[in-house]
Amino acid sequence: MTDTNIIEMRRITKRFGAVTANRSIDLSIPARTIHAIVGENGAGKSTIMKILYGFYSADEGEIFIDGIRREIRSPHDAIALGLGMVHQHFMLVPPMTVLENIVLGAEPGHSARIDFKKAEDQIRKLSDDFGFHIEPRTLVADLSVGQQQRVEVLKALYRGAGILILDEPTAVLTPQEVEEFFRILRGMRDQGKTIIIITHKLNEVLAISDNVTVMRDGQVVGEKTTSETDAAELARLMVGRDVLLRVEKPAAVAGHPILRVSGLNLDRRLKDIDFEVRAGEIVGIAGVEGNGQTELIEVLSGLLYPDSGRIILDGQEFKGATARRAKEMGIAHIPEDRHARGLLLDFDLADNSILGTHYRAPAAPSAIGLIDYAAVHHKADRLIRDFDVRPTNSALPARALSGGNQQKLIIAREFDLHPKLILVAQPTRGVDIGAIEFIHRKLVELRDAGTAILLVSAELEEVLSLSDRVLVMYQGKIVGEVDPQNVKQAEIGLLMTGGKKEDETK
Amino acid sequence: MRLIRELVFPLIAVFAAFLIGGIIVLLIGDNPIEVYRLMISSAFGLFDALGNFTFDNWGYTLFYATPLIFTGLAVALAFKCGLLNIGAEGQLYIGAFASAWVAITFSSLPGWSLIPLAIFAAIAAGALWGAIPGILKARFGAHEVINTIMLNFIAVGLVSYLTQNHYKTPGDPIMQTVPIADQAQIVRFHGLLSPLGIDFPQRIPLNITFLLALLTAFLVWVFLWRTKWGYEIRAAGASPSAAEYGGISVRTQIVLAMALSGALAGMVGINEVLGYRHRYYHDFSAGYGFAGIAVALLGRNHPLGVVLAAILFGALSRGGLFVDIFTDKVSKDLVQVLQAIIILFVAMEALFRGTFSKFLPAPAKKA
Repeated sequence: MTDTNIIEMRRITKRFGAVTANRSIDLSIPARTIHAIVGENGAGKSTIMKILYGFYSADEGEIFIDGIRREIRSPHDAIALGLGMVHQHFMLVPPMTVLENIVLGAEPGHSARIDFKKAEDQIRKLSDDFGFHIEPRTLVADLSVGQQQRVEVLKALYRGAGILILDEPTAVLTPQEVEEFFRILRGMRDQGKTIIIITHKLNEVLAISDNVTVMRDGQVVGEKTTSETDAAELARLMVGRDVLLRVEKPAAVAGHPILRVSGLNLDRRLKDIDFEVRAGEIVGIAGVEGNGQTELIEVLSGLLYPDSGRIILDGQEFKGATARRAKEMGIAHIPEDRHARGLLLDFDLADNSILGTHYRAPAAPSAIGLIDYAAVHHKADRLIRDFDVRPTNSALPARALSGGNQQKLIIAREFDLHPKLILVAQPTRGVDIGAIEFIHRKLVELRDAGTAILLVSAELEEVLSLSDRVLVMYQGKIVGEVDPQNVKQAEIGLLMTGGKKEDETK
Repeated sequence: MRLIRELVFPLIAVFAAFLIGGIIVLLIGDNPIEVYRLMISSAFGLFDALGNFTFDNWGYTLFYATPLIFTGLAVALAFKCGLLNIGAEGQLYIGAFASAWVAITFSSLPGWSLIPLAIFAAIAAGALWGAIPGILKARFGAHEVINTIMLNFIAVGLVSYLTQNHYKTPGDPIMQTVPIADQAQIVRFHGLLSPLGIDFPQRIPLNITFLLALLTAFLVWVFLWRTKWGYEIRAAGASPSAAEYGGISVRTQIVLAMALSGALAGMVGINEVLGYRHRYYHDFSAGYGFAGIAVALLGRNHPLGVVLAAILFGALSRGGLFVDIFTDKVSKDLVQVLQAIIILFVAMEALFRGTFSKFLPAPAKKA
């Protein structure tokens, strides 16, 4: 150990029952650097950070902070040692001010009265030092997501953190916000902070980090200086084989219009939506989450009823269609939330393979309503085989599968409807790189077979690489169409935020 | 293997209850082994105190179990749709009264049509009473727990009014209706078994309804796990948003599940009116509807589990009577204590699962 390493974790092993989440991990992080930890879901990157932050205690191994061996039994210990963690899901109280949120749990002053003045001065100083542009008296509810994230970081700094752990910090940010956030991180590093960033986005690793640790199956499989590596090498380390990062697809041969939407309105959530999707093309919708994409997909899948507007599917009026009718008309739907919508987690794979078609042949061929489970298992086995779902046992509950395999099962089921139009929302969220490649390939295959595809994804990269045309949504409106081949990230980012830079100092 | 896994916790709960019950008996000053021996022999023994063969013990145990099978199934079915039906008590009163009303009013009909009609009345009236809170929930989002409890009071009030003012024998001091038509009585085990030369005593009220209860349990299993309607009810209960996505109307399932649950509870009336008292007798239910919640819980909301749990509770009722009479200090309230402790332990299952699950066989793996 050299004294430039602010964190040294040695031979850390953590088991959960029969599963070894971390196997003899060695991790050295030099002071005043930005260190990325990458890996697929379940690679153990969150576990090792939770051990460092005191959420879990390691079964074996030692942790040195600043060269001194420490026992970190709780986040409280970690905070005392100068560690701070920003979680993927913010832990803020929206109706309270920034100031109140930051002091919550670390209230200054000794009596029952909280010394807000002192705290406010401190926070203002921190905010100025690092260029956060956060006004302490603002309500958190009035802040943008990017600003809320900065509040989370401020919270850690206020508690004296010299080492910041950030768990997937960019998942909720627009491209502009990511840039702004990275600028702040670099500034913090230059002023002496050490930053650990957990992520699975390789381009961000390359953009922000000084060093990178790659994890797979609970082990460290690579330690690189960022300037000496590239995305292909990192992906290969993460997956253990060569991965195709770009989607390879021939130009679309778009046919007649399958879906025609005009004048669609829903509350204030969808405003005068007009667009069409033709057979054999993928139309992507880019936008920051919560700008109406979810509602649009749910209207088109029969789960929500619009207030006005027309939807024509392959010449047929869609009006008033239920989810069942939508499926019968030829609309398949890969929902954005596979746990809440896409699967019955406690039901087995066989039962899940008929969700949506359970009421008709081949699942329930007879009038007396008996389900033919021989046929159902046969179907489930076929889907499992064709889409490489693992494990291959159709009697297992869906809950037992990894995110990628759950998603493959849903995609298999929806593809099996042989739809005219397929609504695809966040198809690769929480899915590992190997499965992402597979899912992308299948979508392109389906497109080439003449299906119309409407894609919504929070991953701009994914929308741009898969789509043949891209529509941008902002506040329930379609604000523009761009050509995914030739558009600049900055340009599309601008559209996604309403065409003007957000007011940073509101 | 799966069966063993499912049985472990209910069995632990039962054993723990008996253990603690034993300590209580000891503290009261009786011999727990003696009390339990008495309880078990009076519930399941094939011979009486004089060593003669007897049907009494099993006969009464199964008779007491019959209404609990129905109410246990009622609660379990609603639970599979994510609903807590606390209203089986009201539904069974309505079902029983409707059954009696048909069997009194249409006394000119022959038995072969009157009996099915009276059975149908019990089922339909229970279904109607169960559907009300279902509709209130589906339409207005009113919580079924509150509404089923409220409807229990209304049900009791309604049938006691009808009994008191319209269907009582004039001058009868007891709150009961006039007797039902003779041909509406359904056959007891005595009548069923005597052609086979088996002398099952006429005084034991165990009747065909018990067999109907077993058949119903089987049909509930088929319905829930083998039909598309059962699939929809279970899907709506397991994940309303996923069910919606799958084209299933969760509101319809709520109404359907509550109606079916009420129908099952209403079937208690068949046993009570057509098989046992041959009239509607007010306040007949010894809390069958509420005991049904315990039975469903102990039976893990599975029809087979419900049947077993109902028989256990039937045995406790039967054994409790004997404990009351033949021990010095222990009263039949011991049964209530045992039931309560069983439920407590079953409810604490989540606690056990963490601690003991490593000793259990791994989940079943089918090829």
